[in-house]
Amino acid sequence: MRRVTKIAAAGIASAALALTATACGSSSKDSDTTSGSSDSSKLKVGVAYDVGGRGDHSFNDSAAAGLDKAKADFGVEVKELTAKTSDTEADREQRLEDLADAGYNPVIGVGFAYAESITAAAKKYPKTTFAIVDSVVDAKNVDSIVFTEEQSSYLAGVAAALKTKDNKVGFIGGVDIPLINKFEAGFRQGVAETNPKIKVTTQYLTPGSDLSGFSDPAKGKAAAQGMLDNGIDVIYSAAGSSGNGAIEAVAGKSGAWAIGVDSDQHEQPGLAKYKDSILTSALKNVNVAVYDAVKSVKDGAPLTGTHAYDLAKDGVGLSTSGGFIDDIKSQLDEAKSKIVSGDIKVKTTVK
Amino acid sequence: MKKIDKERVLLAIAAPVLALVAAFVITALVLLATGKEPFGAFGTMFDYGFKSDSQVEIINKATTYYIAGIAVAVGFRMNLFNIGVEGQYRLGAFFAAAVGGAVSLPGFLQIPLIIVVAMTVGAMWAGIAGVLKTSRGVSEVIATIMLNAIALSIVGYLLKDGRLGHLDEAGTSVSTTPLPSSGHLFNFDMGEDVGQIYGFVVLAVIIGVGYWFVLGRTRFGFDLRSVGLSESAATASGVSVKRMVVTSMLISGGLAGLTGLPLLLNDTHAYGADLFPAGIGFTGISVALLGRNNPVGVALAALLWGFLERGSGRLEFEGYDKEIVGVMQGVIVLSVVIAYEVVRRYGLKRQQQKVGEELAAQARTKKEVTA
Repeated sequence: MRRVTKIAAAGIASAALALTATACGSSSKDSDTTSGSSDSSKLKVGVAYDVGGRGDHSFNDSAAAGLDKAKADFGVEVKELTAKTSDTEADREQRLEDLADAGYNPVIGVGFAYAESITAAAKKYPKTTFAIVDSVVDAKNVDSIVFTEEQSSYLAGVAAALKTKDNKVGFIGGVDIPLINKFEAGFRQGVAETNPKIKVTTQYLTPGSDLSGFSDPAKGKAAAQGMLDNGIDVIYSAAGSSGNGAIEAVAGKSGAWAIGVDSDQHEQPGLAKYKDSILTSALKNVNVAVYDAVKSVKDGAPLTGTHAYDLAKDGVGLSTSGGFIDDIKSQLDEAKSKIVSGDIKVKTTVK
Repeated sequence: MKKIDKERVLLAIAAPVLALVAAFVITALVLLATGKEPFGAFGTMFDYGFKSDSQVEIINKATTYYIAGIAVAVGFRMNLFNIGVEGQYRLGAFFAAAVGGAVSLPGFLQIPLIIVVAMTVGAMWAGIAGVLKTSRGVSEVIATIMLNAIALSIVGYLLKDGRLGHLDEAGTSVSTTPLPSSGHLFNFDMGEDVGQIYGFVVLAVIIGVGYWFVLGRTRFGFDLRSVGLSESAATASGVSVKRMVVTSMLISGGLAGLTGLPLLLNDTHAYGADLFPAGIGFTGISVALLGRNNPVGVALAALLWGFLERGSGRLEFEGYDKEIVGVMQGVIVLSVVIAYEVVRRYGLKRQQQKVGEELAAQARTKKEVTA
């Protein structure tokens, strides 16, 4: 009796496998004969966000802001896709190629995780312009966008050092990876060079092998709560949407300050409840870079090569909305001009 | 005899079919509730899923899920719940990548070396839970889930610039030394637009056959299943339960260690945080449940999972919420568990009825004879 079941199962399985293996359907790329944009009358912009996507009030939203501006200014058509933590390289590549295949140009990968997949996609779609945020891809049709986050973090460190009352400040990193280490290094240096007596506590939400620390507000909240309980009164978090949890925790304690990251978090509608606790935000103007990339394609002169957005070009900086750092403006401006002139060299690694 | 056969087959097929139908109906309701038309979504998924390049990708995904599923299934057959496949897979893949990147041997030695390292590391990691269970009575569920967290931290610690990792040019991500070309496994090239099927799929099939053979055709497999069915009966018949627990944890972990290798040997050729997706170990649990620990069933479940995941990206492209696939996957697993129970009870009832009828018939004939 059991044999019959087994034979039936094996039959179904092999039929299914045969169906799959013979690759009976056409390729998903066959349907569209044009690769790249042939219809130049209307620009179509494809964006592949990092984990967290639009609505993280931080890194991805900064890119989204640039996209929205481009949409308003040029009337471009927009398609937005978002990464998952379960993505493989093949998934990311497919996402970018789906966009390129449907005639989206430029195609923008937000986040360093797209580095490999953009390399592959750029080769397959040489007529499409790609852009990668936070990494460098060496190809003729790729705009590599990098930021000097350590410089804005340095300024955040100066602000934290001047605002702490208990001489204890904290840094929350989303994931312990080199990109986030840059934020920490700049922040530590900014604090130490303003007031060496201040103690900086660092906590990463997840180790470098687990990227979920960028999209887990509960973890951010718990980490911030722990720091607050230890008497830390200024917390800078560079943790994607996890940072929202940290801001929420800080808002629960009067006198404590949160420093936001990437977007101007004081102005984020989703964080409006906590905005009186957001001292400032270390801006990473992905929006400017995204807007530049779209505009360059629209103007017929696509940006390619590596573009570093630094403090001198206002690619990174400190937000002033809320007016909480107006009283220390002179010190911040001084630090900024020293960084721009090169008198202060900000480190990118913690050692 | 023949009639019972048919019914058994019907019952065996009824459960998964029932589960899938229920899952689709529930998902359709969810789609309707979000104000979207459900058939368009299913149409998109099927349309896209049957494209040739999608099929290649589905097979590749399924290869990984299958190995994870079999790793979990080995434990399930013994009533051991190895939730630690995730950690074993990460650790196995990481050390395999590190060792593979450090040495350069000819291919016929390099690839087996990488495979052995991955299996050994995975087995050792799972073995910790096995030993803890037999020597200290720690539940393997608790032990393996804690070991997951530790595994992630170990990998995170070692995967740093200057330790076993190397910083990329842009200074934003780290990965291990890439494998030399002798460590690249062959792929089945299906053409420019279609893509490549991982050569590791061959090993996955071998693993499946091996699983079927060892469990169904050897004394060890018999012992393992008997421990799963009844520990006391197995002990009475002379099986050392403790030894079986440790051994099956080692096997489960060894297989779990292999889970990352299709990606490593056929695709990424290095370990990096963004290269090895999170959650494969947990997918393995779902796939093993869905496939009822049967080597063919798990394969079908793995393919189904690959198909659903492949379709989810397209759903987002077409303007649907891609989370809908997550809902569908969850509902499928729940439906499967429920459907099997329903079908099992129905089968039991049918059996009882039949036996009752037969007994009644016997009694009747007896009466007639005596009368």
